[in-house]
Formats: sequence, structure tokens, C-alpha cells
Amino acid sequence: MRRNLWLRIVIVLGVIAASVWYLYPPKKTINLGLDLQGGIHLMLGVEVDRAIESQTERALADLQAALDKKGIGARLGRQGATEMAVQLVNPSTWTNALAVLSEFKTFEQKSADQAAGRVVLALQARESAQIADLAVRQGLETIRNRVDQFGVAEPTIQRQGENRILVQLPGIQDAERAKALIGKTALLEFKFLNEQADVERATREGPPPGSDLLWQRQIDKETKQERKLPYVVEKKTLITGADLSTARVSIDQTTSEPYVSVEFNSTGARTFAELTEKNVGRRLAIVLDGNVHSAPVIREKIPSGQAQITGGFTTEEATDLAIVLRAGALPAPVKILEERTVGPSLGADSIRQGVISILASSLLVFLFMLIYYRLSGMIADVALALNLLILLAVMAGFHATLTLPGIAGIALTIGMAVDTNIIIFERIREELRTGKTIRASIDSGFSRAFTTIIDTHVTVLVSAAILYQFGTGPVKGFAVSLFIGILASLFTAVFFTRLLFDVIYMRRTGLRTLSI
Amino acid sequence: MLELFRNPSYNFIGRRRWAYTVSVLFIGIGLASIAMKGGLRYGIDFSGGTLIQVRFEKPPAVDRIRSTLDQIKLGESVIQEFGDPREFLFRLPLADAPPEEVTRRVKEVLEKESALGGFEIRRVEFVGPQVGQDLQLQALYAVLAGMAGILIYIAVRFDFKGGVAAIIAVVHDVLVSLGALSLTNREMSLPILAALLTIIGYSVNDTIVAYDRIRENRGKAARKGQTFGDLINTSINQTLSRTVLTALTVFLSTAVLFVFGGKVLEDFAFVLLVGTVTGTYSTIYIAGSIIVDWTAWAEARAHRVKKAVVKAS
Repeated sequence: MRRNLWLRIVIVLGVIAASVWYLYPPKKTINLGLDLQGGIHLMLGVEVDRAIESQTERALADLQAALDKKGIGARLGRQGATEMAVQLVNPSTWTNALAVLSEFKTFEQKSADQAAGRVVLALQARESAQIADLAVRQGLETIRNRVDQFGVAEPTIQRQGENRILVQLPGIQDAERAKALIGKTALLEFKFLNEQADVERATREGPPPGSDLLWQRQIDKETKQERKLPYVVEKKTLITGADLSTARVSIDQTTSEPYVSVEFNSTGARTFAELTEKNVGRRLAIVLDGNVHSAPVIREKIPSGQAQITGGFTTEEATDLAIVLRAGALPAPVKILEERTVGPSLGADSIRQGVISILASSLLVFLFMLIYYRLSGMIADVALALNLLILLAVMAGFHATLTLPGIAGIALTIGMAVDTNIIIFERIREELRTGKTIRASIDSGFSRAFTTIIDTHVTVLVSAAILYQFGTGPVKGFAVSLFIGILASLFTAVFFTRLLFDVIYMRRTGLRTLSI
Repeated sequence: MLELFRNPSYNFIGRRRWAYTVSVLFIGIGLASIAMKGGLRYGIDFSGGTLIQVRFEKPPAVDRIRSTLDQIKLGESVIQEFGDPREFLFRLPLADAPPEEVTRRVKEVLEKESALGGFEIRRVEFVGPQVGQDLQLQALYAVLAGMAGILIYIAVRFDFKGGVAAIIAVVHDVLVSLGALSLTNREMSLPILAALLTIIGYSVNDTIVAYDRIRENRGKAARKGQTFGDLINTSINQTLSRTVLTALTVFLSTAVLFVFGGKVLEDFAFVLLVGTVTGTYSTIYIAGSIIVDWTAWAEARAHRVKKAVVKAS
């Protein structure tokens, strides 16, 4: 042991130097969790069934067109998210119809009844799994774009499991706005108004076939009362937000109300020019996420590919709408499954309380060890200080996140790390009582306590690992600081303490008393 | 030198019937409390729902808040002061409305009620039904996995009986802690789960130190002609000062958390405080006693079987 004294001193100094290096400067290196710096944690569930549903809807429209082209009369309908039911008007067209159906390779025949002229097609399982996967990946990408445009420092946007997306936005002030921005599906559609339909009747008896009953929400500026205006809109979507090239906020010169002006890309502009040319005088509904925003009359051909979305926005709403339109629509709606939002003032309180807790518990334990074990207690205290230093340095090095439960973990580590020294010191006292010399007592105290220490450390490490595995967010933080702290205590309470004992006691000869 | 115990020789094992009685009594009271209250109170982490922490500029009347919140008809909501007369927690059950809508409505209705004055929403937590269920399952798995891991480790390092006895001691501690939780009307939440798992680790930690000493003393005991019960009693006594001292330091650290850690950590620290005390108690009184009784029972049975074999032949 004594031979290695210098080597051990070098190791300890190396560890201290590395710790300080990782920790400098402290403000930049230690990651604070959302519960400490404030922010939003959202777990979103992507409703992938809706993406599959709309895929089936699109196939249904294509199928209708294909059958019409061949002059085959049929009634089509969607069953559930994945099935298309085809009912032929005339069963004698069976063979021709089957030829058309076989073109839809992503579907397979589920049932066929030639006599009745009825076929049910189902989307292949592999295909729907692929659509689901794509919906989640595109959703992730779209949300990332929106968050980037909104401007959040160091956001976390990750896929979790099959169809969940985790979004963490530290330091956000306006949680409501951020949530609305992320959660908006932002499906922009241009559809014709069905002007023949009787809106009154549609609200009572439902819309006529081929049309939908949609609403326009208007909020009265003075009374803040919400009014809902009904519209009967044709089902067919003419253009979607996918054909946009950009969207930005503008201010109306006369009313000084903000609106969003959108610009189509070249294909979108061509379609838009064509349909405005052919339908002068008709009303075009601008529908966002199933809500009608406005339904202007087409006055003339619009060749520029520019349109305006108005609808009594505040500047903030208009800005956010422009962002989501630029970033694109979500392929499937998302639902908030879990939310944890902490305001910045609460986070600051938690930091203050956490720091006070750690300082107070360190102080108590320091004093206790000093009074009970005197000089040896002082050695344990130095080891404890080193433990805290290493713990923080490792957290900084691994970019681990410090959460409020993590602070609790540190406070607990203080209590448990000192336990290792208590085990050793009690053992040395026992050895002294049996009449051994001081050196022999220190030697056997350390070596006999060692197996116990390994056993106790392993059990705590096991529970910390399990906590990490099963815990979420803040609880993980607790597990991390407990795990690192316990590992560090093996180094500080055993290796480092032993070194100090050796330096202080082992080199002197004729030692009479041990301050323990 | 300062010593808590000087060569202690308490007869812990001899008084184990008393210890069993005390333990059964405590666990019984806890379980009765849980049963009478219709189960543990689950926080929104497990039951799902919305939690909103609001700080008002001046202390509001609770009735006022209640009547205000009743206007938006979000179901059975709990309103609770939180560490400061200006600070309140609202706990709303799962609603059909999406969570962002719930928060918005609460904010709106509070803004309209001018008597309540200015306020700040400091924390919003929403847990959907699916996530709540997932978390419940995860919690159960975590506790079971924790115990299984520890049982395997002790069975390998010591013996199977010791492993089972340690697990019984741990279950004892968890039950006492849950009982204390119910008696003080605190909620089962994710941080409480973390506290329970820490108690499991801590309690086993203590027990293992005693086991280590039992293993070390085993050879000596045979030479001295000690009975098995004496061996275990001696070992517990020898490690007593360490057990109590460590409990004291951990107790001190947690007590500090309880007092200074703020309202968010209070329940967490409370469970740890209870767990430290019961963990120390179960190490001294329960784990060793169970090994002694189990060994005695196994020996008696082996004896009877032997007698029966002799009779039969």
C-alpha cells in the first residue's frame, strides 16, 4: 500500500482536476430540468388511424374516378379505417369491375359476392403499418419545424414507442400559445360552397350527399361572445396547404387587422388560376382544420397564385398560423396524452429550496461526523465534499439533467455516502477495542468493511437502475443522481479516505491515539 | 470518544414476539386506514386528470375559488392550499374536453372573477387515461423488479432464507410507509414511488450489513457453542451502532428536505422519513427474527420426519 502512495495521490489529484475542468463554468455545464428552469413537457399521441382513414378516403375517390372512366356504375363506401365497400349497380359488370379493382395493389379482397355484385377491399396490414409509421415520422418533422420557427432554445423532440412524440420546451413563457402551435393539425383546404343547398335545412337534417356542414367561428370583439355560422361545403378538396410555397402575416390597410397571405407553388398556382378562371362568381371556402375561415366570392381569375386568409385574428394568432402553414400540416391529428408545465417563477423557487436543502443537509451531516468521529470525521467530510464535486462533474460530463427529485437524490446521496465511512470507522473502533495496534486496526477495519460496502452499494445501484428503467422524466433524474453519487462514494469513501488515513497516520511511527 | 452504544448486548431476538406484535399492529392500522378510505389516494400521475397550481396576488377565500370553478362544470374538482395561503392546487378529473381547453377555461373564469385579484398559473400537469394506466403498470413492475433483483442478489451472496427474510422486511417497510401515507391523507404519486423504491434499497442495505456480520460470525459461533439465535443476536448488536448512526444521518438529510425542500418535495421526504425509521427497525427486529423462526421450524420438521421414519421402520 505504502509503495503506491504517490500513485494514489496522483490519481486523486487527476480526478479532482478532471471534475473541476468539466464543471467550469458551472452555469453552462449543468443542464437544468424543466421543473427547475420552467418549461413544457408534452407527450403527444399521433392518431395514426386518421392518417390511414384519409389514405382510404383518397383511394376511394381514385376508385370512383377509375370506375366512372370505364362506365361501371357503383356505390362506394368506407368501412372502418381500412376498408372500401363496392356495390355494383349491375352485377353483369363484375369482370370489368374486378379488373379495375386489381389496379389498387395496396388493397386486398376481403370478401366478394358475384351474385350480389358486392366486393369489400381492405388495406394491406403492411401498408397501413407503413402509413402509420410515416405519419409519426412526418409529424415529428413538422413539429420540429414549427418549434424551430417559433424559436425555442434546446428543444427536445423525440419519437417514443410506436406512435407517441415527446416534446420538451425549456424556458417557454407562454405555454398556451406553444401548445396551440404544436397541436394544430393545420390542414388547409380550399373547397367550393354548395350554394344550391338550404343551409337552414342542413343544420336540422344534415348536409345533402357530397357536401359537409362546416362552421365558421366568429368572436365578437366587444362582447367576446362566440358566434357560429353554418356553411354547406362541397366534399371535394380543390387545393390543400401542401401546395403552398410560403405564408406570412400582413396588415390590412383599411381595417388594420392582421391577416395571413399565402402563396402557392407553381403547381398550386396553376390549379388555382384554372379553377378561379372557370368559376368566377362562385364562393370558395377556405377551411382550416374543418373550420371555415372565410368564403369569398371569386371575382376574376387569380393568376398570381396568392390568396389571403382573414378571420379576425390577433397579431399573435396570425403569426402562429403563418408558422404552421409554412411548416406544413400534420399528416394525422395529435392528442396531448400527458402534459407537465412549470412556470419560470416556480422553477426559481424550487432551485432556491433545493440549494438550501443541499446546503443544510450537508452542514448537518458535516457537523455530525465532526463531533462524533473528530479528526476521522473531518476526513470523511472532505471525502463527502469530493463526492459532491465528482457527482456534479459527472452529471456535467454526461450532460445529465438536474431535476428537483435529482436534488433530492443528491441530498440522499449525502446521507448514504457518509454511511460507507460510518461502516469503516465503526469497524476500526471495534478492532481497536480488541487491543490491536492503530495501524493494524486501520488495515483490518478497511479490509473487513470492504465486502459489506460492496454489498450495500450493489443493492442501492440495483434499485437506482430499476428506478431509471421504469421511471419517467423527473424520477429518472432522481435515479441518475443517486446512481452517480453511490458510485462516486466507492471512490471517495473507500479509496480517498484510505489515502488520507495513510498520509496522516501510516507514515508516523509510535502513534498512540487515533482520533476516531 | 463519543459512543452511542458501548458493547451493546440487547436481547432483540428473544423479544421477537413483541416485535411481531408491534409490526402487525402498525401494518394493521395502516391497512385499515387504506381500506376505510376506499384505497390509496392516487394522484393524477396514476388516476389521470389535470392539476393546476395557481398563485394569487392576495390570499383568496377558498369558497370563492370553488364557486368560480363550479361555473365551468369540470366535475368533482379538489381545491387545496399549497404551502402558502396565496398558493393553491386545483385537481380536476379527466374531462371530455382536451387538456389545453381545460386549462384555458380555468384561466378565463378566474380572470373574470375580479374578487380573486391577479394570479399566476405556476404549474399545469395533465395525465391522460392511457398514460395513467401505463404509469400504474410501470410502478407495479418497478417495485416487483426491485424486489426480485434484491432477492436474487442476497440469495446468491448469502442464502435463500436470508433473501426471503430481507424481502419480508422490505414488504413490511413498504406497507408501513403506505399506511403512513394513507393516515396522513397524502397522495400516491410518481415521486412517492421513487421514495418507496429508495426505501426498498435502503432497508435491504441495512439488512445486508447485519447479514455480512452473521456470515463472518458463523465459524466463531460454532466454536463458542452459541445457538443460532444467539449468533444472530450478537451480529445485530455488533452492527447496531452503525445501523443507528447511518439511520441518523439519512434521517437528518431527509428531515432537511422535509423542512426546506418546499411543498413539492414534502410528501416525498415524509415517506422517506417513515421508511428510514421502519427500515432500521425491521433490520434490527424483523429480518433476523424471521431467519431464526424459519430455521427452528425447518429443524423441528426435519426432526419430526426423522422420528416418523424411525417409528415406521
